[in-house]
Amino acid sequence: MVTVIHEARETEIAAARADGDALWLSSADVHRATGWTLTPEGLCHGDSCVPAPRGREAEVVRGDEVDLAAFWRHAGHPVVRDGAGRAWVLGTGARQRAHALRSLEAPDFTLPDLEGRRHALSDYRGRKVFLVTWASW
Amino acid sequence: MKDQPFVVLAVALDARPDAARPWIEAARPSYPCLIDRDHRVAELYHMVNVPQAVWIDETGRMVRPTESAGAYEGFRAMDRTTRKVPHDVVAITSRAKRTYVEAVRDWAMLGPSSVHAFAPEVAAAHLTLPDEPVALAHAHFRLGQHLLRQGKEAEAEAHFEEARRLYPDSWNIWRQTAAVDARGLASGPAFWARVDALGSRRYYAPVDMEGMPG
Repeated sequence: MVTVIHEARETEIAAARADGDALWLSSADVHRATGWTLTPEGLCHGDSCVPAPRGREAEVVRGDEVDLAAFWRHAGHPVVRDGAGRAWVLGTGARQRAHALRSLEAPDFTLPDLEGRRHALSDYRGRKVFLVTWASW
Repeated sequence: MKDQPFVVLAVALDARPDAARPWIEAARPSYPCLIDRDHRVAELYHMVNVPQAVWIDETGRMVRPTESAGAYEGFRAMDRTTRKVPHDVVAITSRAKRTYVEAVRDWAMLGPSSVHAFAPEVAAAHLTLPDEPVALAHAHFRLGQHLLRQGKEAEAEAHFEEARRLYPDSWNIWRQTAAVDARGLASGPAFWARVDALGSRRYYAPVDMEGMPG
């Protein structure tokens, strides 16, 4: 069992295979874990596609399986894993974060309150939101 | 304010909801208090400290990007034996907070015609943006929190250490992963050594607002 963590998702994947810095998943599991879809053009999400690293296609795509970690690094995103290869964080690169902020559109998120009720920032569309952080520490 | 289409969303950057709970229960707030154990909001909005704030209009657009939420670093003038802060510094700190809260109120009432709501190009000029080490630090922090929840403390700490190394400007990551005292505060000698190492650099970045301390 491998846990793949990406943005708000934490997905348990029974059929994942970790091999050193490679993380092999079926295309269905890639979609489940990240929302991205494997197509002949590469990994796609909405209008954007990340092609397989040129000349290394056979190394990162084998039949219906893909080395998601290799794709992710190739796309310029951070990949971090635990020693056993059981937990992987597929992060988001600074370029994408900066691009999102430059649009001035407030990045959406969903978080629970103490009672476990989930609130999305976008639930409050139509109202002004004063978003403020604090911490106990 | 009640009739204004305005809401406060308070986000606790706290890995353990139970650490945030007594504070929330004591404040009995009328607004939603969310728990962000993985510091997702800090990552999305490039926040380095608490309290920080973002002003978001009715359409979901940021009219003031991430900034210190009226906080002034008066605590740096504290006598570390008596834990007392000189009166004049206390006055600056409370004036800063009052000024900031008044500005939020002004915007809640007036919206885009408030002098405190930035036009898009001004808001864009106030953005601070992450670099690749920051993005990688967040990934290590996230993995560390996951491992910690599974009881793998030593392995988690290795990832926290890497996050702190990659992103030394983040007080959020440093304090969340530092040892806390009996009051639950990461404010021991290691904290003060880090504050002292700032030298003339700021703990809270100054807020670009009339009447705020520079």
